[in-house]
Amino acid sequence: MTTLTFSLKKHLDFAVNCAALTPNNLAEKTLAEIAGILLVYGKQHIRLDAVFDVAQDNVSDNASDSAIDNTPDVIVKHSSDKLDYLGAHLTAGRMDIEGDAGAFLGFNLKQGEIHCHGNSLAFAACNMLGGLLHIHGNTGDFLGGASAGLRKGMRGGTVLVTGDAGDRAGDQMRRGLILIEGNAGDYCASRMIAGTIGVLGHVGRYAGYNMKRGTLLLTQTPQLHATIQDCGMHTLPFLSLMYQSFAQFDTKFTALTSQRVQRFVGDAACNGNGEILLIAA
Amino acid sequence: MLINTIQIDDTFAEAFNMRATRVIITAQNLKWAYHAANAMTGFATSVIGCGVEAGIERELSTTETPDGRPGVSILMFAMGSKVLMQQLENRMGQCILTCPTAAAFAGIDSEDRINLGKNLRFFGDGYQTSKLFSGKRYWRIPVMDGEFLCEETTGMVRAIGGGNFLILATSQPAALAAAEAAIEAMKKIPNVIMPFPGGVVRSGSKVGSKYKTMFASTNDAFCPTLKGASKTELSADIESVMEIVIDGLGFDDIAESMRVGIAAICELGAASGVKRISAGNYGGKLGPHHFKLHDIMSKTAA
Repeated sequence: MTTLTFSLKKHLDFAVNCAALTPNNLAEKTLAEIAGILLVYGKQHIRLDAVFDVAQDNVSDNASDSAIDNTPDVIVKHSSDKLDYLGAHLTAGRMDIEGDAGAFLGFNLKQGEIHCHGNSLAFAACNMLGGLLHIHGNTGDFLGGASAGLRKGMRGGTVLVTGDAGDRAGDQMRRGLILIEGNAGDYCASRMIAGTIGVLGHVGRYAGYNMKRGTLLLTQTPQLHATIQDCGMHTLPFLSLMYQSFAQFDTKFTALTSQRVQRFVGDAACNGNGEILLIAA
Repeated sequence: MLINTIQIDDTFAEAFNMRATRVIITAQNLKWAYHAANAMTGFATSVIGCGVEAGIERELSTTETPDGRPGVSILMFAMGSKVLMQQLENRMGQCILTCPTAAAFAGIDSEDRINLGKNLRFFGDGYQTSKLFSGKRYWRIPVMDGEFLCEETTGMVRAIGGGNFLILATSQPAALAAAEAAIEAMKKIPNVIMPFPGGVVRSGSKVGSKYKTMFASTNDAFCPTLKGASKTELSADIESVMEIVIDGLGFDDIAESMRVGIAAICELGAASGVKRISAGNYGGKLGPHHFKLHDIMSKTAA
């Protein structure tokens, strides 16, 4: 397996669109071709090698002349929050981001894995279709949301957040799994259509706002608005299957075992049938 | 062939291609899992009149079931996929959905899928919800005892039905006791069921009848009370014959089941009253699978 390492080498005043750094875009390109890729930087285009030092593992003397024969793994070093669209449209391979990421991390992610070892800005996992996005720090607003104009957000895959998430996590989420080990902001699971969101920490106000379907799994009592209705305490056997499905991931959610939950349903304001499950201590 | 004084006829059982599925039923405890499974496999002795042949394959421990509750696995066989799908949906709706605390899961994986809870979900009247875990879709249907949990589909595979052997004994109690011993041993074999009551059938049939509307009728050659009236297969000392019919997912599964069943009978010896073991066939012209008793039992002898 080839590994390409991109080391950020200059201070960035503006955001850089890094969609071109996605592993499937780099297959069958030579190092020289990769260095010459034009990136959008503010209002201008600049060569990739003006922003990053590029290195390839097992490099030979003529490495710049030979094409990378398969989908390489990609490491982005010294990353900053000015790097937008990291891992966009990923269809295979693995990306490791050593530092922060900008907006739209894992945009339209289809398959493969992205591991961000820092924080990310808003719209992480936007329009995501599959694969795994693991953010080891905090993430901004609209995690798993939809890009402007679309009516469906994340439609598959798994997002793990070790830290906190901003407002409107899972907005218009259609399918998939988001697990947030820290806190989530206001309007968590707003306009949610289906899928599952879990939050181990606190959620902000208006959780499940205009929620249509799907599951918001909580361990801490939320402050819910009037149109989310309490359906009482229940033992739900399906939770054992859900917990088993968490076991494949590196997350604190694997410690959950209780099938005893308080079930809230809503949002009645939009005739919704979504559920907020508060796991009994 | 003689095993422990019991004669094994040089004949074979003739079996047919079928379609099969396996469903795992779980519940709060084994008692309710059995209630559900017994209802679902009730009136499923023969495809001739029941549509399917079904039975409980075995008990499952909490570590073997998808939801970690005690359960049982059911095998269901039919002559075609359409009948199997229809029977499965009917029986799921009337026997599993209705049974307190019961849940149903796919018990076999294959490219061919048939509906388990896919259409049953509409009982939820819009309150049903689905969950996708590890690529499998499950339906949660609100019911009066809580939630009915059901996987969306299960696998359907090619299988074999109609493996059999006959127990010929000097009395009815002797034949039945030997059949019971065989069934106890055969229950331990995976991938097979014995669909008749208690696993045993007393009314083995032949093809055709003197009556035009009947396409099967009593197997007079093995009826002890007709020994003097028809061309009999029975010697003077045989007073009762019992048949064990086996459906299985594969040829080897059925053969192994027959082997341990016959071996269990032979272990009883001469004192059991069993004189012969035979098998039912149609001359080898109807069913493509032939289970030759001598070949099967030579494994035991070896």
